[in-house]
Amino acid sequence: MEMKRPFEKIVVDHGATVLRVCMAVLGPHDADDAWSETFLAALTAYPALPDDANVEAWLVTIAHRKAIDVTRARARHAIPVDEVPERPSSIGIPDGHDADLWNAVNRLPAKQRQAVAYHFVAGLPYADIAAIVGGSTDAARRAAADGIKTLRTSYAGALQKGETA
Amino acid sequence: MNTEDLEATLASPAATDAETLQRLHARLEADAAREDVLDISYRTLDTPLGTLLLASTRHGLVRVAYEIEDHDRVLETLAMKVSPRILKSPRRLDDTARELDEYFAGRRTAFDVPLDFALARGFRRSVLDHLPEIGYGHTESYAQVAQATGSPRAVRAVGTACATNPLPLVVPCHRVVRSDGSYGQYAGGAEAKRVLLTMEASLRAG
Repeated sequence: MEMKRPFEKIVVDHGATVLRVCMAVLGPHDADDAWSETFLAALTAYPALPDDANVEAWLVTIAHRKAIDVTRARARHAIPVDEVPERPSSIGIPDGHDADLWNAVNRLPAKQRQAVAYHFVAGLPYADIAAIVGGSTDAARRAAADGIKTLRTSYAGALQKGETA
Repeated sequence: MNTEDLEATLASPAATDAETLQRLHARLEADAAREDVLDISYRTLDTPLGTLLLASTRHGLVRVAYEIEDHDRVLETLAMKVSPRILKSPRRLDDTARELDEYFAGRRTAFDVPLDFALARGFRRSVLDHLPEIGYGHTESYAQVAQATGSPRAVRAVGTACATNPLPLVVPCHRVVRSDGSYGQYAGGAEAKRVLLTMEASLRAG
């Protein structure tokens, strides 16, 4: 018999992955709010979730929508500047390599960033990702591959610069 | 950097994530309570009888469980019978934890936290309603409890009601013993029952 697990187990099992998905899609600064809104919405809707649902895909779908909300709110309140200043993270201090990684991911175009986050961070298959972001499974696969290709250059470049500096 | 390393880095949590998650969990507890979507809070408490699980709803304490009852299974049963909206949220059980600490230290003889009997129905519930009338350091037999609940022949059912008491210690099913004076069964194990009754008897005498 399928059974609904206590929500605490969902937080323990998937909290870290959802946090990294939020950091990949939004950057460390806004990941805090996106994670909190995702799990509050998930807790609220949890009793109605079918017992055999894929919990991780469900959480990533909610996180995806919350990230869009946060991005829109950010755009509404943004003041245009010539150069984006480096912002300190509000969620602890990610270690150097991790901060470099998220900075590199955050510079990717939105579709690539989402495909990389949902496939390589959350481990979702491309068909699930297509259902979340729209478009075809092939398009999701291509976006992830293009994103990883760019990251290989940009993140590895940042690492080397950091090591020689 | 090759692609495999990059993919592994993306997939594996960083050391700093653990601290962040602890803080985010506390924020989720507060948000959920504010939005009134937290149906069950729980915590554990270390006692002389091992680690206890304490769980409460917005109405009151709903479950006290000994380690031998398997805390994971107890939480799964709560998810099924009451609500799966369950979070570890220790602060909401501070009062209960404090009263149990005082009880085990011999400084408390009765509990006054609000109780939620969502897990007890019908005859079992009426047995549990009677148990707090058995005072600290006293005992009653299963037959006496059956009499007191108005069903003198329901001795076995009283035994079942005590064995399935969702709130042991706080609702004192340990004070119900066999007619021959032997302790009988207990959710926390026969040894736990002996320890409790010995403690209560000695403190009442002293």
